[in-house]
Amino acid sequence: MMAKDVIFQLSLRSIRLHFLRSVLAALGIVIGVVAISSMGMMGANMTLSVTEELSSMGNVLVVQADTSGGGGGPGFIGGGGSSGTDDTTISDSNFGKIEKAADKYGTVYYLYSGRDKISIGSEEGRASIYGMDPDVMPDILPIADGAYPKSTSSVLIGPTLAERYGLTLGSRLTIGTEDTGEETVRVVGILEERGMSMDLNSDNAIITTEKWYTGVYGGEGEYDQVNVLLDDINDADTAKTAITDQLNRRETVVAVQDSSRMLESITSTLGTLTSFVMAIAGISLIVAAVSIFNVMMMSVTERIREIGILRSIGTQKGEIRRMFIYESVILGLVGAGIGAIVSLGMGYLIVMAMVGTTQYFFNPQSLVYIPMAMAVGIITCVVSGVYPAWRASNLDPIDALRAE
Amino acid sequence: MSSRPLIELTGVSKVYPLPSGDVVALDDLSLGIEEGEFVAIMGPSGSGKSTLLNQIGCLDVPTSGTLHINGSDIGSLRDHELTELRLNTLGYIFQKFNLIALLTAYENVEYPYILKHRHPDESGMVTEMLRRVDIDEKLSAHRPNELSGGQQQRVAIARALINDPAILLCDEPTGNLDTRTGGQIMDMLAELNREGRTIIMVTHDPAIARYANRTITIRDGKVA
Repeated sequence: MMAKDVIFQLSLRSIRLHFLRSVLAALGIVIGVVAISSMGMMGANMTLSVTEELSSMGNVLVVQADTSGGGGGPGFIGGGGSSGTDDTTISDSNFGKIEKAADKYGTVYYLYSGRDKISIGSEEGRASIYGMDPDVMPDILPIADGAYPKSTSSVLIGPTLAERYGLTLGSRLTIGTEDTGEETVRVVGILEERGMSMDLNSDNAIITTEKWYTGVYGGEGEYDQVNVLLDDINDADTAKTAITDQLNRRETVVAVQDSSRMLESITSTLGTLTSFVMAIAGISLIVAAVSIFNVMMMSVTERIREIGILRSIGTQKGEIRRMFIYESVILGLVGAGIGAIVSLGMGYLIVMAMVGTTQYFFNPQSLVYIPMAMAVGIITCVVSGVYPAWRASNLDPIDALRAE
Repeated sequence: MSSRPLIELTGVSKVYPLPSGDVVALDDLSLGIEEGEFVAIMGPSGSGKSTLLNQIGCLDVPTSGTLHINGSDIGSLRDHELTELRLNTLGYIFQKFNLIALLTAYENVEYPYILKHRHPDESGMVTEMLRRVDIDEKLSAHRPNELSGGQQQRVAIARALINDPAILLCDEPTGNLDTRTGGQIMDMLAELNREGRTIIMVTHDPAIARYANRTITIRDGKVA
């Protein structure tokens, strides 16, 4: 006894009868789906991983003195050293204005920054040195070990620096040269890793108290940089406008760098790249479509007589059409299904090889490419099956019956 | 005027336009076939007898003239209505049996049943119909290519009858069978006619035509 839908049964049996041919056609879809979804997943994982890496700078506004009179804008921090002219620093009164404008959007704090020679025992090197208000430190810099500085000569150090020089809690290091005067400080805390960021590159830096910094380098009340750590990343534009409105009313005093913009442009570049790679992968689906089309046309040609019989004993045109569409849908579903399973493995390997981490692989943003590629594969199959099906249904029953 | 015959052709012509000139297969042919008749259509090759059967079988429509089957004007019907007529009112038996290779004997008979009723046969009607044409359950599980010519034709008869059609159309039903098997098939058709079924059969074999109770000879597209 046959199932209720005889037309579906006929499609299924035709596929079974020409098993090898059908498998090869479905294989094309498998490859297409795997290619598209793995490329998509690779792109998504890359974006997620880069976003994560950069997101620490995403919610930060960096305010620096406008040194260029409009053009150029501030770059990453560094350089400057202990120089303290009005041109390159932000005065305490301007800090007050920034605080007034942006306080409601997050934490506003100032930084002194510079680079200097350091020596630990016989080892010597250079490191970034920041000076900041000790009260703000706990809000901005999480520590992995130890405590925040309580005395002037206590410092926090970044994890990379600690590792490189074998510094531990209680270690002593000397900052400065013999010419400018050497100061010895004691490590009281080691910071957590923060990764690359725009506001404060702490991984390879020494964080000193404001009092120590200005005591050694001078320039009290002349800040190298003011950062606004936003509570909500969506306030970036509003806060930026509030600051520039407040300070740049008559002339450009400060430049505000909105790091979310940069993040946006990086992710958008990655997105474009992903689409491009996926489009290349999509070519494999076009090849698959041609193969399905060919298989369906062969199926129609081989079964002309059968179509004639079916029509002569009362099968409607629409049912003949359905029979062939079913056939391509079955090929598509099987191909896309297998493709989806293979994509999981293949995508995982590609992401591991290309992105270096699979921690975002099972993220919805990454996995969504599997159903997406499946849908594209199935649609490709259906579209390739439409013309053969239409042709089959429009065959003249008498001519079809006459075919050998 | 008495009621219309079951099949009525009035001035039916069928012209095939070809690049070398039109071919007239049926030429102003008029014909009536009453319910319960067993009609043999004879004639030489190319006389138009198969074209005539195709018109009556609703596989084709006349170029001009009118054809009424069971009261419906075939010329005015759309493709899906003609298909429905083939499914419900007409049963077709071919010289080459024309069973569907993908389906077993049983499923071949069940196929038109499902097309009509939209559900598989649960009443045992298919099995019963196959038993009537001497196909037992074991044979009915076979595919057509595993059956002999006579067995295939018997399955084809069961398939033609499953939807209880008013008219049975046979195109050289014994053409591919040996004389003895052909005789069995003809006995079966004669029996069906005795039960009241209208049968129209195309044949070129006078011995086969003798089973019919009327013979129409076609020559050059006209009734001779």
